[in-house]
Amino acid sequence: MKKVHYTMIEGTSLGFWSLLAILGAFIAAGLASSYYMEHHGHIVTGMTNQIVWGTPHVFAVFLIVAASGALNVASIASVFGRKLYKPLGRLSALLALTLLTGGLAILVLDLGRPDRLIVAMTYYNFKSIFAWNMILYNGFFVIVGAYLWTMMEHRMNRFTKAAGMAAFIWRLTLTTGTGSIFGFLVARQAYDAAIMAPMFIIMSFSFGLAIYLLVLMFAYRWTERPLGDAVVYRLKNLLGVFVASVLYFTLAYHLTNLYVTEHHGVEGFILLGNNGGEIYSKFFWIGQIIAGSLIPLALFYMPVFGKSRFFIGVGALLVVIGGLCQMFVIIVGGQAYPMSLFPGMEVSSSFGDGKVADYSASLPEVMLGLSGIAIALAATAFAIKVLPFLATSLADEVADPHYQANDAATGAEASA
Amino acid sequence: MSLNRREFLGAGAAAVAGTAIAPGIRLIELASARSPEDAVSMQQRWGLLIDSSKCAENCSACVSACHEENGVTDEGSPTTDAQWIRKVTVKNPTSGYSHSLPLMCQHCESPPCADVCPTGASFRRADGIVLVDKHICIGCRYCMMACPYKARSFIHETITDQKADAPRGKGTVESCTLCVHKVDRGDGTTACAEACNKEGHSAILFGDLNDANSEIARRLKTEASQQLRADLNLNTGVRYQGF
Amino acid sequence: MTHTNLFLRIRSWLVMLIATVMLQATAGIVYGDGHGNSRVPMPSTETAKGEKCVEPEDVMKRKHMEFILHQRDKTMHEGIRTKQYSLKNCVNCHADPQTQSVLGKDGFCESCHAYAAVSIDCFSCHTDSPEEQDAAVSGTVFGSIFDSNITK
Ligand code: HEC
Ligand code: HEC
Ligand code: HEC
Repeated sequence: MKKVHYTMIEGTSLGFWSLLAILGAFIAAGLASSYYMEHHGHIVTGMTNQIVWGTPHVFAVFLIVAASGALNVASIASVFGRKLYKPLGRLSALLALTLLTGGLAILVLDLGRPDRLIVAMTYYNFKSIFAWNMILYNGFFVIVGAYLWTMMEHRMNRFTKAAGMAAFIWRLTLTTGTGSIFGFLVARQAYDAAIMAPMFIIMSFSFGLAIYLLVLMFAYRWTERPLGDAVVYRLKNLLGVFVASVLYFTLAYHLTNLYVTEHHGVEGFILLGNNGGEIYSKFFWIGQIIAGSLIPLALFYMPVFGKSRFFIGVGALLVVIGGLCQMFVIIVGGQAYPMSLFPGMEVSSSFGDGKVADYSASLPEVMLGLSGIAIALAATAFAIKVLPFLATSLADEVADPHYQANDAATGAEASA
Repeated sequence: MSLNRREFLGAGAAAVAGTAIAPGIRLIELASARSPEDAVSMQQRWGLLIDSSKCAENCSACVSACHEENGVTDEGSPTTDAQWIRKVTVKNPTSGYSHSLPLMCQHCESPPCADVCPTGASFRRADGIVLVDKHICIGCRYCMMACPYKARSFIHETITDQKADAPRGKGTVESCTLCVHKVDRGDGTTACAEACNKEGHSAILFGDLNDANSEIARRLKTEASQQLRADLNLNTGVRYQGF
Repeated sequence: MTHTNLFLRIRSWLVMLIATVMLQATAGIVYGDGHGNSRVPMPSTETAKGEKCVEPEDVMKRKHMEFILHQRDKTMHEGIRTKQYSLKNCVNCHADPQTQSVLGKDGFCESCHAYAAVSIDCFSCHTDSPEEQDAAVSGTVFGSIFDSNITK
């Protein structure tokens, strides 16, 4: 194995600036949407007093969850000592930071009073999991920042393992915290499940790695840096395992819910589309299960596709899209189903009691959500231009610890 | 801190009234009235007792009175308009029996909204009234996600012509305040209860659950009543009976 | 209603920071020489009702925000509803008899704040006009007897 060098990308091409310009346009549109929403009030969104969290939260929670998952690659190297992942660590920590930034930006810009951000940072209710999350998110920036420093500064390298361990524990806590945001909502049947928190952790593994793989493949292809099969196949196989695990947890979640008669209503709503839940059952079956899990699994593991960079990329992209669908089902679907105030009774009122709530996303909401992704990507692109995050080469002879000439591809497959 | 003259006299007047006025509920209410400079205390636990058998299905006097008192206006969009109180019709699908009741913030002893609020803007006052401190509400709406009664509203639009006693503004969350300004003034009732009495139904009774002599405490002790979503163990300050 | 937006507020926040520093500096001078004049000239304001403010004027100029913000928390969380520093009370006295408001170009609160580049969001929720006469203590017999003496 050769020594790994890291260099900045040149970032002077027309293409690079166009990329930043396009992302910048999305960010500008998101900021404009947020201003529009604050100026007119949330009346201009699809959100209501029934569906209080909508599309912005779908994107925000997705990005926050993915952020902690993106750190996995670095953790595998420094915590579990896998050599192949070591040259991948810097980008992993960077993505963790930028994805979190994107997610939090959406959350803040969606607040009813974004101008009171200072209040959110000075008044804490320590009973609130939300307040704890704010501390966890801030701590995540500090710890991952320090971790990055130990990776990038030669003299600090000896602390990398310790920092990596701290970051790893912190990120598990952070994702548990994010999952608990929903787990704590005892009143809503869809969220009243202990399995929510571990499910979020495994979701973070999957979404984070999918984004990591996409960014890695895109960056190396565009900058024409060598990226060997060893790295790509290893990451893709790992992603496959995560996707399958999310599928397993989803199954367990719905099965345990079906076990409780009280939850049959909400299950029928999401799984079968009963009582006007068609949109959610479509997002669930077509988006999350078929497009987001089964097709990617097939693409990753079927030999015809599994060796093609193109299909691996498509698979990872589908995981991302499936993840967004899953968030939509959890967040919006969970609210649309009426809360049971009088069990066994038929209720009606001027406030939609006993009725499934309607929701249709408005353009500003979608733009705000997309701008979060744009923020994350633009920050990443900018960072790899100004600091050496990317290894100059990830060709097999550089990256693969088991590399033997002539034997690269098979060796990588076998060890994956 | 010294009492200023008006407040001193005010407190004295209440004490005098408490002993001078003929005995009855009025006396008790005045005796427990606080003077303006005293903080609320846990000695009181304000609440409502709602008798759904007395509640007329087509009457919504309580809703109009509440919204009039607190300046909650109808913008013609039920999904985004604030609804501090609403009439719910509950029908038993097997027997067909149907009755109605007003539903508002249940003023829980352990309010889920306050537990989840990141800034502490949602809180329970010592005397049991659950409020939003709109000065530190950031509009995240987590409380609305947590409330089992859907009792909270987010203000979706710019509001004008607010009542002096009920400031309200875009981007914050609000809910029934148990007419806290009236309670603090010593009115001893809420707008909804007043309106219901005026309609002749008397389905809503306001009072101090902690005061053994109050009508509400006496009735809760001697008559059957229940909490909504009692399974959640929230110990609500609003109780129901008649179904 | 004050129209405030994010960017304006951030800007005014910075300005307020500077204003605070300046006021702090002038406060030192004020305390030092015992004169009630601050170095920052203020626009002239007029109040129709009542003879005196709830604290001496120079104290009010410097500290009115502390008083009301403190009162705000006391009222919200402890149900303390004394009149002296209540925002309702400020408005009852200081609203312009013509416009019935403390806002507007010549409104008591807004004119000075505009001059000092302070932007407050209070009146997006709180009413800017006085309560009805019977509710407002000032002006009634009781009010004039008791409320004009509430300075401590
Ligand atoms: C009893 C009526 C009354 C009440 C209540 C009252 N004020 Fe005043 N205030 C006055 C009068 C009279 C003046 C002096 C004349 C003037 O400048 O208009 C004054 C002066 C002031 C000044 C100084 C203005 C200047 O240009 O020097 C400020 C600031 C002020 N008041 C703020 C407040 C605030 C804030 C409140 C509420 C806590 C309040 N006032 C309540 C009557 C009142
Ligand atoms: C989002 C709406 C909102 C905004 C903005 C707001 N308030 Fe309030 N305020 C309230 C509510 C609601 C109450 C409680 C009213 C009650 O219980 O009588 C209140 C009560 C108060 C009280 C106690 C009642 C009184 O009249 O004395 C004070 C003082 C106060 N606010 C000051 C302020 C100040 C100063 C600002 C601006 C910095 C402000 N508020 C901005 C909603 C708001
Ligand atoms: C004499 C000029 C003047 C008048 C009149 C005046 N203010 Fe102020 N006010 C100021 C200045 C200057 C500041 C900012 C100083 C600082 O932040 O230290 C301020 C700050 C405030 C703040 C704090 C803002 C914040 O967010 O911290 C509040 C609340 C406030 N004023 C309320 C009022 C109200 C209500 C009135 C009308 C009854 C009023 N003021 C009248 C000059 C004035």
